[in-house]
Amino acid sequence: MNIIAFPIFFPFLLVIVMIMVRSVKLAKCLAIAGSAINIIGILLIFQQVSKNDILVLNMGGWPAPYAITLVADYLSSLMLLVTAIIVFSISVYAYNFIQEDDGNSKFYVFFFSLLMGVNGAFITGDVFNLYVWFEVMLLSSFVLITLGKRKEQLEGGIKYMALNLIASLLFLAGLGLLYGKTGTLNMAHLAQILKDDQQAILINTSAMLFFIAFGIKAAVFPVFFWLPSSYHTANITITSLFAGLLTKVGVYALIRFFTLFFIQDSDFWHTLLLIIAGFTMIIGGMAASAHYETRRILSYHIISQIGYMIMGLGIFTPLAIAGAIYFTVHNMIAKTNTFLIAGVINKMKGTYYLKNIGGLFKESPMLAILFIIPAFALAGIPPLSGFFAKFMLIKAGFEDEHYFVTSVAIFTGILTLYSVIKIWNEAFLKKHPDETKVHDKFKPGFIDILPSIILGLGSIGLGVFAKYFFEITSAAAEQLLNPDFYINNILNTVK
Amino acid sequence: MNSTILQISSRYLNIILLIASVFALIRGHNQPGGGFIGGLLASLSVIFNSLAYSPEEILKKLRIKPIQHIALGLILVLLSIIPSLLAHKPVMHGIWIKGSSAFLQSVKIGTPLLFDIGVFFTVIGVTLLFFFSLLIKK
Repeated sequence: MNIIAFPIFFPFLLVIVMIMVRSVKLAKCLAIAGSAINIIGILLIFQQVSKNDILVLNMGGWPAPYAITLVADYLSSLMLLVTAIIVFSISVYAYNFIQEDDGNSKFYVFFFSLLMGVNGAFITGDVFNLYVWFEVMLLSSFVLITLGKRKEQLEGGIKYMALNLIASLLFLAGLGLLYGKTGTLNMAHLAQILKDDQQAILINTSAMLFFIAFGIKAAVFPVFFWLPSSYHTANITITSLFAGLLTKVGVYALIRFFTLFFIQDSDFWHTLLLIIAGFTMIIGGMAASAHYETRRILSYHIISQIGYMIMGLGIFTPLAIAGAIYFTVHNMIAKTNTFLIAGVINKMKGTYYLKNIGGLFKESPMLAILFIIPAFALAGIPPLSGFFAKFMLIKAGFEDEHYFVTSVAIFTGILTLYSVIKIWNEAFLKKHPDETKVHDKFKPGFIDILPSIILGLGSIGLGVFAKYFFEITSAAAEQLLNPDFYINNILNTVK
Repeated sequence: MNSTILQISSRYLNIILLIASVFALIRGHNQPGGGFIGGLLASLSVIFNSLAYSPEEILKKLRIKPIQHIALGLILVLLSIIPSLLAHKPVMHGIWIKGSSAFLQSVKIGTPLLFDIGVFFTVIGVTLLFFFSLLIKK
């Protein structure tokens, strides 16, 4: 059972190693090796989970409501696995893209402490522990944004820090209220207490505080402003890491909380979630269509796609939850990939502005293919991953008669398609504008596009083997919608 | 700052603070105290010296630099989970050295103490890192 602690302690070990390693080259190789081992360890967890359905570890050997419980169910282990794959591909990417002026000696320390925070948040079964992991993530990501020590990075970093600290404060306030009302912070114990409570409506104050806190973390409407104003300032390696992981942890927390114990006042919450989802989708999509800087377009895409995940949670049928999980997995992979490609384009052309680049299709057809895979996956073209994810969500929406928000989702799909086609046209098809000159020509080597190949294969795999992934996500959704299984497994594992 | 009173008193306070820090560290098992508070007290002695003399001088004199303190502390924290893994107990299960001697009766020695010592060094490192980066102009 101790294997569940691996996702926390292994990155911790890597953090220590990275503090002590002096040679940058050695650190880069160790990072790649370390994240490869991380994948293997998490595959073992995934295999155990698919055999036993759920893994529970009470740290320190104390009985359940008192110990910090680590839980790996299908949702957790799936998220851990995707995180591990993304972290691996980014550690390969960082080999060439993290340079001296980006503080490369410190990058890996915070890279792995971010991984530790994300893993911890996915695996913990305790609300306060979740708060701690959020703080670990927040601190390491703040350092990562400002590593280059440039003025705009500090500006973006402070916006990011300020809004996320407010979120942490609200989180802590909600947590305190919840503890005052129930006397426990173990998620399973909370769920057990709140299930039989007739006055569960009183919990809504803490539920709302949690909702706003996670909403800020996940960048939903109307609290997404920190994301587009900070993401484009950091090094592209770091931006792609954030794009893949950070907001999705907020979504994960929302899914976990609103399926496990905030399920009493469901009419109110599901309507609210659907309204928020609709606005998040449409505003993110429209903003993405309006911009002409690749990183900004992609940042607004993140927001619009968070809307889909929230929509799945708001519809709250097994198919919709499965769709939301599928969408989250697909989005983490495809989103990271598009940012990685944007970084390669920037290195070739020296700019992120679409007006000043062009002719990439002729210059590097391989890059064009690698871009079109995640881009079309995001837009939802079959047979790539995004099609099945959106199909599940939209089908669930129509089945449950949420016609309006589902139409918004379809319309946003068109906006997404428009904005990725815009990148495609401007960067790849159109001729290179004559007035902009590139001084030193950079040709992407194999190691620069290897991460995109891995993630691109992931996007294709999610689409081609959709049946298999549909089964996994359905199993995850089924577990989420039957909290009794979760509760019984945790509260009865007293050793 | 060059105050003779501060320089002489820091010599005596140094020892008192360091003894107090170890006392707080060991006391912390069941009573107020522990690695965090002990670490703060211990770093206070270095800070006090730096204020009496000059921070650059004291930083040069430190054999273990702040960042190495952090690394040492984190290593001790990581080491403290190994006995529980070897004993096939859940991670971070406390494993104690049992004995009837008077020393072991008063000082509980086990993996939680090792964990606390790790926290102790990490806190020293972090506090000194903050302190020196604020005080030393580059």
